[in-house]
Amino acid sequence: MTRHLDREIGRLKEAVLNLSALVEESVYRAIRAVEDGDAALAKQVIEEDAIIDQREVLVEEECLKIFALYQPVAIDLRFLVAILKLNSDLERIGDLAGNIASRAKGLAGLPRPSGIIDFAPMFAAAKSMLRGSLESLVELDTKKALEVIRSDEALDEANRANYREVKSLIRAYPADLDALLHYLSVSRYLERIGDHCTNIAEDVLYMMEGKIVRHRLDEGW
Amino acid sequence: MGEVVTVTGLNLWYGERQALHSISLAATEGEVLALIGPSGCGKSTFLRTLNRMNDLIPSVRIEGSVVVLGEDIYRNGMELAELRRRVGLVFQRSNPFPKSIYENVAYGPKIHGEKRRVELDEIVEQSLRRADLWDEVKDRLGASALRLSGGQQQRLCIARALAVRPKILLMDEPASALDPRSTAKIEELIAVLRGEYTILIVTHNMQQAGRVSDRTAFFCDGALIESGVTSDIFTNPQKKETQDYITGRFG
Repeated sequence: MTRHLDREIGRLKEAVLNLSALVEESVYRAIRAVEDGDAALAKQVIEEDAIIDQREVLVEEECLKIFALYQPVAIDLRFLVAILKLNSDLERIGDLAGNIASRAKGLAGLPRPSGIIDFAPMFAAAKSMLRGSLESLVELDTKKALEVIRSDEALDEANRANYREVKSLIRAYPADLDALLHYLSVSRYLERIGDHCTNIAEDVLYMMEGKIVRHRLDEGW
Repeated sequence: MGEVVTVTGLNLWYGERQALHSISLAATEGEVLALIGPSGCGKSTFLRTLNRMNDLIPSVRIEGSVVVLGEDIYRNGMELAELRRRVGLVFQRSNPFPKSIYENVAYGPKIHGEKRRVELDEIVEQSLRRADLWDEVKDRLGASALRLSGGQQQRLCIARALAVRPKILLMDEPASALDPRSTAKIEELIAVLRGEYTILIVTHNMQQAGRVSDRTAFFCDGALIESGVTSDIFTNPQKKETQDYITGRFG
């Protein structure tokens, strides 16, 4: 027997997966815009963030409706709480993709700096965290969620390394200041995306295990 | 806070049919313990073993230990009237006697030997106040209890149970026949009585179990599947059967 609630949850799941696909696409394109110096692509990412914002509101409204009408408990309750929380993380990741795209636009109008920061590993790490967190959500895979949480430190470290690198490049090539500041921001936004991916992974863990792992990953997880 | 009810390895048969399978469950002084589970799962049967109401059914056979307020209540020579004074029972359908409101409440103390009018007046008032009914009936204590509304009748039954100063209250779906407002009154009453009395409540209303109880025990097919702190049971039950039941996934 299918419960009414299952149909609602099915619809909600679909909406969240659509939203996460949009967000992932947005981040990928923002990164590509930085890599290729593609101002047109960057502009598109910025404009399309409004769609992500609308979808986020829809998901939230859907969650609230289900809470009010069904008073869910146990796995249903945890699922809805997790969706409600990771919904705002997805929206924030969308914003950050927009921010990265803005920096890409800025960079496109500037001469190529003399000293180049190799963003490839950081781009790869951020993409992999995003992919991992969304897959852990789609597949309800706690192992993947844990991997995402554990890989956040590498992204944080990459950001710190970029900071040091940008500082020395500014000293060496003061004329590149504007471009280097854009790069620094991109680095910071990627690091923030990693944090939101970690949140999503933690919400997936909560959903599946019923344990709140935030701030206490060391306690045996 | 000690255990006031300790049931260990309880088996119960109605004739050939086994209705309870090796139940071990305890209730701590002052807590509200909700018993939930599908119809026929044994929760009401379990409740009734605690003041030996099942004894009224001739084919019942019981094994195991039921200790209530420190006494093995199935031992020979157990004083049943005294047990039922200490362990009150409130039924699903309110069942006031066809007498006055006053007489309904005074009945228990009277059969337990209280004859002094002043004492009885005091007990009646206190019990009705505790059951949150006093203000509604104080001017018509002589009126027939049957003229009260369903919710008032149920609170009268609670007052009647309280009048003999029990330690434990057993409630078998006390609000299932009531409208939401009367249900809320009964639930508020449980919140007030909690602490002073140990309350075991059978309910089919999951949200009610969530609202009123400290701990919840889930029964299925005559077995105790899981018991635990109510907020844990409703957020993160450990057994699949519990999860399926409370989330409404049947069969």
